[in-house]
Amino acid sequence: MISQLRTMWLVLKHTFTKADTVEYPEQKPYLAPRYRGRIVLTRDPNGEERCVACNLCAVACPVDCISLQQTIDDDGRKRADFFRINFSRCILCGFCEEACPTYAIQLTPDVELAEYERKNLVYEKENLLIKGPGKYPDYSFYQQSGISIASKGKGEGVQDKPAVDVKGLMP
Amino acid sequence: MLEVIWKLIEMTIIIALLIPIAAMLVWVERRMIGIWQDRLGPNRVGPFGILQSMADLLKVLGKEDWIPPFSDKVVFVLAPVIAAVTVLMSFAVVPFTPTIGVSDLNIGLLFFLAMTSLAVYGVVLAGWASNSKYALLGGMRAAAQTVSYEVFMGLSVMGVVLLTGSFNLREIVLAQQDGWLIQTQFLGFFVFLIAGIAESHRLPFDLPEAETELTAGFHTEYSGLKFALFFLGEYLSVTLISTMSVTLFFGGWLMPEPLASWLPPLVWFILKVAFFVMFFILLRTSLPRPRFDQLLSFGWLVMLPLALFNLLATAALRLAGII
Repeated sequence: MISQLRTMWLVLKHTFTKADTVEYPEQKPYLAPRYRGRIVLTRDPNGEERCVACNLCAVACPVDCISLQQTIDDDGRKRADFFRINFSRCILCGFCEEACPTYAIQLTPDVELAEYERKNLVYEKENLLIKGPGKYPDYSFYQQSGISIASKGKGEGVQDKPAVDVKGLMP
Repeated sequence: MLEVIWKLIEMTIIIALLIPIAAMLVWVERRMIGIWQDRLGPNRVGPFGILQSMADLLKVLGKEDWIPPFSDKVVFVLAPVIAAVTVLMSFAVVPFTPTIGVSDLNIGLLFFLAMTSLAVYGVVLAGWASNSKYALLGGMRAAAQTVSYEVFMGLSVMGVVLLTGSFNLREIVLAQQDGWLIQTQFLGFFVFLIAGIAESHRLPFDLPEAETELTAGFHTEYSGLKFALFFLGEYLSVTLISTMSVTLFFGGWLMPEPLASWLPPLVWFILKVAFFVMFFILLRTSLPRPRFDQLLSFGWLVMLPLALFNLLATAALRLAGII
């Protein structure tokens, strides 16, 4: 009996505590920069697409929501012919971001993906591509790797060492 | 003739006010529970969510009026009507103010007890006619609970009758001009309140419904408008028990003198009733539901002796001329 009266008193005291509710559409909670929301494709500092269409993201994807096709440009750069993410399947797990060798695919803090029609949730490459470099402002894949493209030969990148003459290594 | 028409108008106004009040109580309850659980509660429909009940009503009207093929159809339809109408009938004897009140029945208190007893039929018949296990268990519990709690609900108010010498509710209120009956009848009030909670099967005594055990108890098979009628009956009986507590123990519309002249009697009456309604909601928020055997043994082993003791003590003190 006493404990029940005490319970009622404790509950009554909550009249004066502030509600914990976040009234969502008017009042948006802070989402950290590394929050896993809508997926984007980023560009390198020169404004070129980072994606080399290696398919690792599509392989890593547990729900198979990414599909893409690789092409090679005249200047030797590899890029995606088409790149499609079906957000009605996507579970925002971030495995694609982890798998990506070029930092091209990234998850953003935007979570408002609601649509009235299901097919509007299928994002094509032009919907996914953003203008900036995303979370890694300085990274450019072709500058860090030893792959030759039209504007840069082997060994001319930022981190590249001069190419080794394989035949010079003979014993 | 004119008097009859005037009575009819009065009755219509009272019913037309009571039903929206019962509907608003749903919103008030959800809002208050929200506040006490550190939430906000429904606040979207209209200012402060005040039109939530309207939205709920529209939704309920849009539902299919489904009668299960395995049910006893006539009784199934009749049960919610009984549940709502019997409670509404009880308001006929409530004296709201010195001038407002449908009937000055000289057995008003007995009429109220009779109507709360009849209200059991709504629940029991609903449980029986639904022809499903949860509803039957709920109906069975309702029968046992209300029948046993009604015994000392009647006994607890006999102290009031002893002191005022009347079954007429208006005379009971008028007899409290020198002091509310709660001063001497606090035990009776305590028993009456607990019995009232059990009679209106509100939490913590909502064993006939007991969502966690019986899905929804006696109204498991109900939907749409018939479900809404059960809800109406429940919230009306919350109002009724609060009203009766105020009338019998807290002086109805009466207030001690400096306060009485501040506000009209009707406002004082509504304020007192609102206080008890809030108390009912607070009970619902804070207390857990007892087991069914605990409920019954609490009734017969604690409440009944208390009510009898109260009656005997009141009678003895009355005979001795002390009160």
